[in-house]
Amino acid sequence: MSANRTAAGWASGRLSTAELAANFSDLHPPLDRHEAHVEADRCYFCFDAPCQSACPTSIDVPLFIRQIQADDPIGSADTILRANVFGGMCARVCPTATLCEEACVRNAAEGKPVKIGLLQRYATDVAFDRGRQPFTRAPATGRRIAVVGAGPAGLACAHKLAELGHDVTVFEVRPKLGGLNEYGIASYKAPDDFAQREVAFVLSIGGIAVEGDKRLGQDFTLADLRRKFDAVFLGLGLGGVNRLGLPGDDALEGVMDAVEWIATLRQTADKSQLPVGRRVVVIGGGMTAVDAAVQARRLGAEEVTIAYRRGLEAMKASLYERQLAQTNGVLIRTWAMPVELLGDNGRVTGITFERTAEVDGKLLGAGECFTLAADMVMCAVGQVLVPSDLGGEELPALKGGRIVVDDERRTSLPGVWAGGDCVAGGKDLTVAAVEDGKQAALSINRALMGVLAAAAE
Amino acid sequence: MADLSTTFLGIKSPNPFWLASAPPTDREVNVTRAFRAGWGGVVWKTLGAEGPPIVNVNGPRYGAIHGADRRLLGFNNIELITDRPLQLNLQEIKAVKKAWPDRAVVVSLMVPCDEESWKAILKVVEETECDGVELNFGCPHGMSERGMGSAVGQVPEYIEMVARWCKQHTRMPVIVKLTPNITDIRYPARAAKQGGADAVSLINTVSSIVSIDLDRMAPNPTIDGKGSHGGYCGPAVKPIALNMVAEIARDPETRGLPISGIGGVTTWRDAAEFIALGCGTVQVCTAAMTYGFKVVEELKAGLSNWMDGKGYRSIEDFRGLAAPNVTDWRYLNLNYVTKAVIDQDLCIQCGRCHIACEDTSHQAIAATVDGRRMFVVKDEECVGCNLCIEVCPVEGCITMQPLAAGAIDPRTGLRVEPGYANWTTHPNNPMAQVAAE
Repeated sequence: MSANRTAAGWASGRLSTAELAANFSDLHPPLDRHEAHVEADRCYFCFDAPCQSACPTSIDVPLFIRQIQADDPIGSADTILRANVFGGMCARVCPTATLCEEACVRNAAEGKPVKIGLLQRYATDVAFDRGRQPFTRAPATGRRIAVVGAGPAGLACAHKLAELGHDVTVFEVRPKLGGLNEYGIASYKAPDDFAQREVAFVLSIGGIAVEGDKRLGQDFTLADLRRKFDAVFLGLGLGGVNRLGLPGDDALEGVMDAVEWIATLRQTADKSQLPVGRRVVVIGGGMTAVDAAVQARRLGAEEVTIAYRRGLEAMKASLYERQLAQTNGVLIRTWAMPVELLGDNGRVTGITFERTAEVDGKLLGAGECFTLAADMVMCAVGQVLVPSDLGGEELPALKGGRIVVDDERRTSLPGVWAGGDCVAGGKDLTVAAVEDGKQAALSINRALMGVLAAAAE
Repeated sequence: MADLSTTFLGIKSPNPFWLASAPPTDREVNVTRAFRAGWGGVVWKTLGAEGPPIVNVNGPRYGAIHGADRRLLGFNNIELITDRPLQLNLQEIKAVKKAWPDRAVVVSLMVPCDEESWKAILKVVEETECDGVELNFGCPHGMSERGMGSAVGQVPEYIEMVARWCKQHTRMPVIVKLTPNITDIRYPARAAKQGGADAVSLINTVSSIVSIDLDRMAPNPTIDGKGSHGGYCGPAVKPIALNMVAEIARDPETRGLPISGIGGVTTWRDAAEFIALGCGTVQVCTAAMTYGFKVVEELKAGLSNWMDGKGYRSIEDFRGLAAPNVTDWRYLNLNYVTKAVIDQDLCIQCGRCHIACEDTSHQAIAATVDGRRMFVVKDEECVGCNLCIEVCPVEGCITMQPLAAGAIDPRTGLRVEPGYANWTTHPNNPMAQVAAE
C-alpha cells in the first residue's frame, strides 16, 4: 500500500504504480477479432439506418459493421474514415449512448444496442496497425488555404482540403497538434498516445504544412491570412474558461480550472508525480466535470464530489458519464450553488454551497447553506471564446460569444469559414467538430473551384 | 407425460432418437456413453467386408460452414466407413447389445456389389444378435469411387438387387439408406421396396465442397494442397431431407413404407417435423458431433413437453399427420389471398422488410407515414409473398392475414372467391382449356 494513500492536503503517489497503470489504461478494452465478429453479427443492416442518421459525420454504420462481419476490417475502416477521418478517436470518445447507439433498433428489440463504438474502434485499430492509407490526393489545384487551430475541426478541414488537391497550412499555438483530442480528453479514453498517432495519420496524406507555436492575434492577424491565402478556416476552440466569480477563485491555492488540470494530467507521463487533493470538489455538470472528477478519484483522491447547481436531468454529462462517475466513487450533488470559498493561509480548505430551487424556470437560492471540506476545488463551469484569439480588427459576427456560421460553416467575413467549439450552436463534441471541418472544406472547395467541384463531390 | 417409445420394424427403442451410422457409433466406448446419456438406439458405423482394414486420410476429414458466433450450420466429411477390423466391431456390437437389450442396435453395411459379399457379411452380423441392418447406399465420397455407397444408391436396379439378396440371406429387418445425390428420390425408394426392403432411411450426406481455402487455393478440408468433395450434413440439409421424406411418404408406390428420418435433426422440433411427415424414428449425427451426447436430453424433454401440450400420448398419435398436406403446386388453393400485416407495437423499425420488398419484390411496404419513419404494408401492391416475414428480425411482428371470402383484393380489384380453386381448372391454364374442350 502506498504511504501517501490517505495523506491530508495535496499529495502525489497516493496509489501504487500498478494501481495507477490500471486506472489510466483503456476504459473500454478493445474487442478482439472473435468478439468483433460476434458483435457485428448483431447488426441488422437496417434500411436508412437510424444510427447513421444519428452520427454527425453520417458514417455508414451498417456497411462498416457488415464489412467487419465479413472479415474485411480494412474495408470497414475505409468506410469509417472516408466519412470521418478522426473515426479512431471518435470510436473512443463519442458519447455513443446519446448518438448512434441510442438510435440502434436493438434498443427497441431488447434494450441493448449493437456496440457500434467498440466495433468502429476494432476496424480503425486494424487499419492503423497495418498502416492503411485509404486516401489519395486529387491533382494539385494550386489553391492555398490557412487553417487556424489543429484540433479535430481544423485537422479534419485540412485533411479534406488536402484530399481535394489544395495546399494547406495549419497554424497551432500549442506544442502538440490534436487540440482537445490531445489536451482535453480523459487519459483512460485514449491511452498509448493514440491522439498523436492519429494526427500523424491525418497528416500523412500530404499537402498539409504545420506552422507551430503561432498564435492568431499575436504572431499574425486574420487580415494577414485573408490576404495571403485563398481561404481561411478558423478552428480555434475555446481559449478561455468561466470562473466561479467568488472571492479567492484566482488567489487561493488549490482552486483551479478543470480544463487545465485535465490537460496537465494528459501530458504527465508518470501519474505518480502528479499531486491530487484528498478531498476534491468539482463544480459543474458537463463532461469536463466528470472527466476531472473521475480522474481525481483514479489518481487516489479519497473523496470526490461533483456539485451542480441544477438537477441531474439538466446536466450536460450523459447518463452514461454520470454512471461512470458514480461507479468510480464520485458523489454527485445537485441543486447546489457555490457561494463562498474558504481558505487558510492562502490554501483552500472548503467551499460553501447554497441549496437552490427552480421557481418559474428561474434558478433561485433557497437560503439554506452547507459546506464541503476541500483541499482541491476544480471549476468546470464552461469554456468561452477569447475575442483576442480572433486576431484582428475586422471580426466575424458573434452570437453568445461564439462565431456565427451558416450551414456551410461560412462566417460573416468573405473567405473565412469556421467550425468546432468556437462556433455558435455547436454540440461541443469531437465528432461535431470533425463534421464542421469536413463541411467547411467542401464549401471552400466549391467556392474556389466553382460548379465543377460541386459536381465532382 | 408422453410415451416416447417406438417400435420400428419390430425394433423397440425407448425413444425415437437413434444415432446415425457415423463416427459417434464406431466403437463400444462411444455407443456405451451414448446409451448412458439416453439415446434410444444406434446405427453402428458402417462395416465393410472381411479383409485389410479401410484406410482413412491422415489429414483433416471435416469442414464446416458457420453462422453467427461460429454456430455450426453445415458439416462436411471425407471419412470412410469403419477403419477398424471387422471382428473387433462384431465383438463390440454383440457386447453392447447384450448390455443394453432395451436399446436399438442396427448395423450399417457396405460391401462390394455381389451376392456372395452380402451373404457373407450378413451371416457374421446376424451372429451379433443386433436388431437389424442398414444398407449404406449413400456415402457420396471415397467408397463411391470403388463402386459402393452412392454408386449403388444412384442406380435403382442395383438397390433392388442388393435389397433382394439381403432379404434372402437374413432374417433381420433390412433398412436401405438412400443418397440424396439423385434427381428424384422416389425411384431409389421404389426400388428398395421392390427389392423387399423393410424400410428406407434418408438422407445420407449431400455431395459438397464446403469452402475454398483462398490462400492455398484448394477445397477444405485440404490434404497436402488438394481436396476432395465430401458429404454435407447438419442443420443446413434439413430442408432437403424433409422434402425427400415427404416425396416418399406421399408417393402412391411407397406410401406406408417405414422411414427413418435423417438430415440436420438438431432440436426436438426438427425431430417432430420428420415424424409428422411419417418417420418412425429419427437419426442424429451432427448435433451430437457438435455438442456431445447430452443433446438427447433436450431432444427427449422437448418432444415430450410439446406432445403433452398438444395432447399426443404416443409418437404414433402424430406420426404422419403432415404428410397428407404435402401436395403438388397445382393443387394449391388460388382463392386463398393473403396480405402481410406489420404489428407496429412489435416493429423495431429496422426497415429490412421495406428495402427487401422495395428492391427485390413488389414495392409494397412504405418506409414513411406522414414524414415519420414507419413501415406499413400497401395492400394494393402486396402479393402476400412472405419475404418481409422471413427477413424481419422480430418473430411474430409481421403476419400473413387471409382476406375473407367476398372481400375485394385492393391489388387486383377482384372479389375473393369462396371455396377452393386451383391451377388445374384456372382459365389461364392451357391444359385446363384443353380438358374443358
